[in-house]
Amino acid sequence: MNPYNFAFLDEQTKRMIRRAILKAVAIPGYQVPFGSREMPLSYGWGTGGVQVTASVIGPDDVLKVIDQGADDTTNAVSIRRFFERTTGVRTTTRTEAATLLQTRHRIPETPLAEGQIVVFQVPIPEPLRWLEPRETETRKMHALEEYGVMHVRLYEDITRHGHVETAYDYPVLVNGRYIMRPSPIPKFDNPKLDESPALLLFGAGREKRIYAVPPFTTVRSLDFEDHPFTIERWDQTCALCGAADVFMDEIVVDDKGGRMFVCSDTDFCERRRGR
Amino acid sequence: MDADRPLLRARGVTRYYGSRVGCRDVGLDLWPGEVLGVVGESGSGKTTLLGCLSGRLEPSAGTVEFTQRDGTVVDVLRIPEPALRKLARTDWGIVHQNPRDGLRLGVSAGANVGERLMALGARHYGRIREAAFDWLGRVEIDGERIDDWPETFSSGMQQRLQIARTLVTEPRLVFMDEPTGGLDVSVQARLLDLLRRLVTDLGLSAVIVTHDLAVTRLLAHRLLVMRGGEVVESGLTDQVLDDPQHPYTQLLVSSVLQP
Repeated sequence: MNPYNFAFLDEQTKRMIRRAILKAVAIPGYQVPFGSREMPLSYGWGTGGVQVTASVIGPDDVLKVIDQGADDTTNAVSIRRFFERTTGVRTTTRTEAATLLQTRHRIPETPLAEGQIVVFQVPIPEPLRWLEPRETETRKMHALEEYGVMHVRLYEDITRHGHVETAYDYPVLVNGRYIMRPSPIPKFDNPKLDESPALLLFGAGREKRIYAVPPFTTVRSLDFEDHPFTIERWDQTCALCGAADVFMDEIVVDDKGGRMFVCSDTDFCERRRGR
Repeated sequence: MDADRPLLRARGVTRYYGSRVGCRDVGLDLWPGEVLGVVGESGSGKTTLLGCLSGRLEPSAGTVEFTQRDGTVVDVLRIPEPALRKLARTDWGIVHQNPRDGLRLGVSAGANVGERLMALGARHYGRIREAAFDWLGRVEIDGERIDDWPETFSSGMQQRLQIARTLVTEPRLVFMDEPTGGLDVSVQARLLDLLRRLVTDLGLSAVIVTHDLAVTRLLAHRLLVMRGGEVVESGLTDQVLDDPQHPYTQLLVSSVLQP
């Protein structure tokens, strides 16, 4: 006998979160407040993402959990085990086999498909927070589309570094209306948000916000006309599988300055090597 | 634009703080290209009046009408907030007494000047930077300091930077709250020269609140003298300062030290 309700949360909480998700899907990029619950893991470990996942998961779902692209790191393993124990759903590491993916800081290299749901763990949902500490004011700025200040930040980056230095959590404009933080994914993954066939849900547990990008929604990364948005490039291929055009991790292999570049998406890398 | 219509017209502007009076029954007309000085001692309601005129404070009674570029007249106190904020970004500028209130201290001088341009939709880095460079020159800040943070500037430079940041979008009406307050005398003089030149060159209208009569003598065309929240005397600057009628104005004028 399982001592927990299916997916840990009680049904009333799930209902409340689902209502927030529906509203978020109806207004792409808009941050919907919700009554975030205490979860059996600490803030910063994905409490928002876990609550969203728990609210949308069903017995027939196949779950994949990644952390920085990897299926086998602490955060991914504990959240996957959490849902195995509280729901009994099947889990997988194969991106295309999953119906539901919870991710921290990456979007898998394998293209997402229609019918899939990706849940992102969000530390700070408010893109305007860095320059406006008042919540009342940032809400007003969103409501009135007063987004000029976002470009002040990009201006400052270009001035100091010659290019936009922001490399992760790169702000985007969703559906031509709301500015959104895509959670700390590398900007390399930003183009995957645009017109994505999968439903993208974002949960911030500590900040108590849920937002969403519905399938096939325009997501544009902010830039200047004379400094267009670019993504990271590496001049080498993955040391393990030889893949190019993927997001790479730099791994220090000894104490003599030796290092190698490998795919950050472990599932993608392993399957390329297995072929 | 309709030439026989003031840019800003206020009638019966009253603001209470509880039972105390901030300002009472103030009326004024500001014509295009005119600089209006508001003088009075501390606590006389100058800043309250400025807040009410610029829509930042809600008066207890009264109307403030502003004539827009297209000639239509809006009631500043009753238009919806989005329209008011748009007005504040485009047609108006506000220069605070303390430059730190008006500047964004965490970003470079260039970004400070460029912010209003970006808020109005400028999305070309090179052109924003050019405009910022140009404006730094106009307020006599060395263009080489465009990438420095305002915190590294002297207070006089910060004040000039704030002015550049406000004027870059060429507003038609500027509200200034003690623009020379807290600056030493030589820096004040330089700032006044600069302001006078900019106001003339750009054909700005301005409301300048100050307790410093010398500032109004140099900048203002007309003067309102306030005391206890009420206007006790108004008229042409030279007339009010050289031939004050109200006892309080006489006191104010005579209390200025003559070196």
